[in-house]
Amino acid sequence: MTYLAIGTLVVWVAIFLYTLSLASRQRKLQQRLEELSNALDDKR
Amino acid sequence: MNNRLLLWQRVLGWLALLMVAADVYFVFFYAPTEKYMGDVQRLMYYHVATAWNAYLAFGLVLIFSILYLWRREERFDHWAASAAEVGVLFTTLVLITGPLWARPVWNAWWKWDDPRLTATLILWLVYIAYLILRASIEGQRGRRIAAVFGIIGFVDVPIVHFSVQWWSSFHPQVISSQGVNMTGEMVVTLVFTSLAFMVLFFFLLLARVNLEKSAAAAARLEERLYSAD
Repeated sequence: MTYLAIGTLVVWVAIFLYTLSLASRQRKLQQRLEELSNALDDKR
Repeated sequence: MNNRLLLWQRVLGWLALLMVAADVYFVFFYAPTEKYMGDVQRLMYYHVATAWNAYLAFGLVLIFSILYLWRREERFDHWAASAAEVGVLFTTLVLITGPLWARPVWNAWWKWDDPRLTATLILWLVYIAYLILRASIEGQRGRRIAAVFGIIGFVDVPIVHFSVQWWSSFHPQVISSQGVNMTGEMVVTLVFTSLAFMVLFFFLLLARVNLEKSAAAAARLEERLYSAD
């Protein structure tokens, strides 16, 4: 594989994986927020 | 999540996708092949675009860190930390694309006597240290220390940029005091690629800020839940 191909692939794979990681972290936090909200409602 | 931020995040996400797709045409078909370096020179567009946007990222860290130390509002810390993380990603890409371009052209992956390379590596390490500091010291104290670090760390950005002139380095310069060292099509490609990466940067920044806000909201709910016990 050429240096250009490797460089291009690295750039886009890195950005894609970072975007996926942000989305996954956001989903987990949203779930946590829901659990905490429900727990607080149960306490009241 | 803040609805306005989320809306902007989605708009920028779609715009980034369109611009990046169009940029493939510019980089691989519109821009001519450089006569001395050949096709590998096309890496320059990604290398320079990620570098300029890394400068932007660390500039935002500086501004939001100053605002945080002055106003002590949590939201400024969220923006600073988010900009730092995306800035580290972009600097990582600079440090990868640079050697991949350099190897076939200079016959070397890295030259320690090139001040720009060393200064960029230091920049990357400084902002990784910022992220580690902020994550490891809890509460306002951690945020204040990180903000000071983020302000001091920005000193390296002009060093990276001006190192080529200050120390007469042989690092390639696309824009110098002698003018622009590229054809018209190359300039258009570089400008478009930089803009596409800037839109992508702001999309990633907003996504990261939304994450910070959600984490802060979760921390507040946890505090309420456990203090009610």
